[in-house]
Amino acid sequence: MLGLNRQDTALLIIVAVLTLLAPFILNPFPEGSGLATLNAGYPDLMQRFVIYGIFAIGFNILFGLTGYLSFGHAAFLGVGSYAAVWMFKLIGMQVIPAVLFSMAISAILALGIGYVSLRRSGIYFSILTLAFAQMCYNLAYSVLGNPNSRFNLTNGETGLQLTLDDPRILGVQRTPDGGIPVPNFFGIEMRDSYDLHLGDWVFTFSGGYYFAAAVMLIAFYIAIRIFRSPFGLMLRGVKSNQTRLYYTGINARPYTLAAFVISGTYAGLAGGLLACMDPLAGAERMQWTASGEVVLMTILGGAGTLIGPVLGAGFIKYFENIFSKINDNVLHGWFAFLPDGLEDFMVTLVHPFVGKGWHLTLGILFMLVVIFLPGGLVEGGQRILGLFRRRKAPPPGPDPEHHPKPTPHVAE
Amino acid sequence: MDAIILQTLNGLDKGSAYALIALGLTIIFGTLGVVNFAHGALFMLGAFCAVVFNRLLSLSYITIDPTQTDFLGNPLKVETPYVIGWFGPEAGQAIIDWSVPLSILLVIPVMGLLGLAMERGLIRYFYRRPHADQILVTFGLAIVLQEIVKYFFGANPIPTPAPPAMAGGADVGMLLGFPENAIVYPVWRLFYTFFAAVVIAAVFGFLQFTTFGMVVRAGMADRETVQLLGIDINRRFAVMFAIAAIVAGLAGAMYAPINSPNYHMGMDFLVLSFVVVVVGGMGSLPGAVAAGFLLGILEAYASLDAVKQILPSIDQIIIYIVAIVILLTRPRGLMGRKGVMEE
Repeated sequence: MLGLNRQDTALLIIVAVLTLLAPFILNPFPEGSGLATLNAGYPDLMQRFVIYGIFAIGFNILFGLTGYLSFGHAAFLGVGSYAAVWMFKLIGMQVIPAVLFSMAISAILALGIGYVSLRRSGIYFSILTLAFAQMCYNLAYSVLGNPNSRFNLTNGETGLQLTLDDPRILGVQRTPDGGIPVPNFFGIEMRDSYDLHLGDWVFTFSGGYYFAAAVMLIAFYIAIRIFRSPFGLMLRGVKSNQTRLYYTGINARPYTLAAFVISGTYAGLAGGLLACMDPLAGAERMQWTASGEVVLMTILGGAGTLIGPVLGAGFIKYFENIFSKINDNVLHGWFAFLPDGLEDFMVTLVHPFVGKGWHLTLGILFMLVVIFLPGGLVEGGQRILGLFRRRKAPPPGPDPEHHPKPTPHVAE
Repeated sequence: MDAIILQTLNGLDKGSAYALIALGLTIIFGTLGVVNFAHGALFMLGAFCAVVFNRLLSLSYITIDPTQTDFLGNPLKVETPYVIGWFGPEAGQAIIDWSVPLSILLVIPVMGLLGLAMERGLIRYFYRRPHADQILVTFGLAIVLQEIVKYFFGANPIPTPAPPAMAGGADVGMLLGFPENAIVYPVWRLFYTFFAAVVIAAVFGFLQFTTFGMVVRAGMADRETVQLLGIDINRRFAVMFAIAAIVAGLAGAMYAPINSPNYHMGMDFLVLSFVVVVVGGMGSLPGAVAAGFLLGILEAYASLDAVKQILPSIDQIIIYIVAIVILLTRPRGLMGRKGVMEE
């Protein structure tokens, strides 16, 4: 189906079903119960799951396939957000032009940065992209954002926001009741939501989430196609042995540059979507710790696999939002079945790792994954499956004497 | 003119911090071939060693002074730091005032042991893994170290004063023939530059004039041959890792009065230090030091008013622009050696 083989089609369908039913799946606990803190089915968080999923899918096209570790992808995310907000300000509140514009701008930026950075590889490439991203951050934060100058692109520290005086030439300048209009997709407002009450459970369906989810499914489909294409094979060739590619007479640079631009565009798309959900853009989205976050997501999920980055993004965003909400009261509720002394002990023991300390959990988890599970959660899952399947014949591993098979690019 | 001298001094003290961190990074990279993203965290830990030392010295016991009463009429409780109890009021107070320089006594053993533990416990297993893995695991370690510090010390910066004798400003202009009070510069920052110079000289002297340093240099040049000669080079490289950690820790501890320690100060310095290392040339110690001072001074000059009028806010991005230009024109950096980290 759609040019995919059976396995990939199954994967795509599973992902599609999971995303469409996410409001149910992520709300397994009834409202008001002790475990309701663990519910993640509210629109704000679900939107972040899919948007950061897009970001990580894009990053994985670069890092997972070519092995180039970029530490500056947040720059594209931030630029995408700024571009989308500018479209809202100038054209109108329709999300399609905004998203397209943010993709275009970040693609151009990625072309420039990639053209320069890809002259070097390995650690130099990481540091070059880091330097570029940090430069973009400083540009957005202070240089291009001076509110007093006539050339104020980013509005500095405050961040770029919509105002009532924006032209919005193709849309309405203000709503009938005098407010700032909300981003919409042909009339479906991103903030629209509908609560479904089933017994004790409350499920929320939001327009913004389904829009972002649809975009993510398209992005995921394109990523599968890239992974399975001859172009994707070439990128894997870059990762496994670039010198060998050069010896066969292939210039790898255009391929890596294309991968860089594609992944930058994905990041811009994610940034644009973030701005659609909440139309403001700030420079902190471009800080290098944000670039580090997408690296964490991809590695944690499993670099180079299709589903890994999405898992990683969901995992990290879930922990960021849910773990940070767990405070001592919630812990006491959980451990209430233990005797008093033991309960207090458990709470003290767990306390540093939740609430404000969730970053600590994340850091430790990340280190453990890098040390013991270089393939991320996906590899972990495969190993667990492997334990059950051990009786059967082991799957044929990669052939050590394997040589890259000629691809249509070089066959003739 | 006075503005230029003032900015030169500014650049020197910022540059000395860059140079010290970059020196440590380069030592680790040149010996072990590992890119240490946790080096900024080591800098931060050094600064917190100064904080801890200050708190240790201020530990007090409480006595009740029957001759004085508080406003409720109860006998007044007097807190006396143990140090004052042991050394008498004057010497004790002096020790507390000088806690930041004295924290070196704490920094060297703590950071040395921590460095050894890091190398033996973690980094050792990453020699044969790709650079990306090394970056990632040290990045994770940096997050963990940061969060541990945040857990114990909170997220706010902790002011750590310089000794009162060095807290004021020095009239540098007088020495150079300027009128009085034309160029006044904080004494502690001048001292920081001096201190950095001493540390750098000590590291270079150690590498240049001791047998241990000679073996290490030989190992950096050709690791396999040194191993063939029956020398356990890994053990010596581990010691170099500890030394690099100590250098970062000293840089951080002494920086505490300039910039009150907070848990993310290391990350802020780390990015710039990487740029410094790359500009100086990966694996070149003199290059790292030179590039550190160079970029520090360049950044300071870019914030001169005259420059800012032509190119507004250039000081924010100058370092990155310079780094990009240098990497593209001289891919090995200013003093990079051939064959180091070239893929």
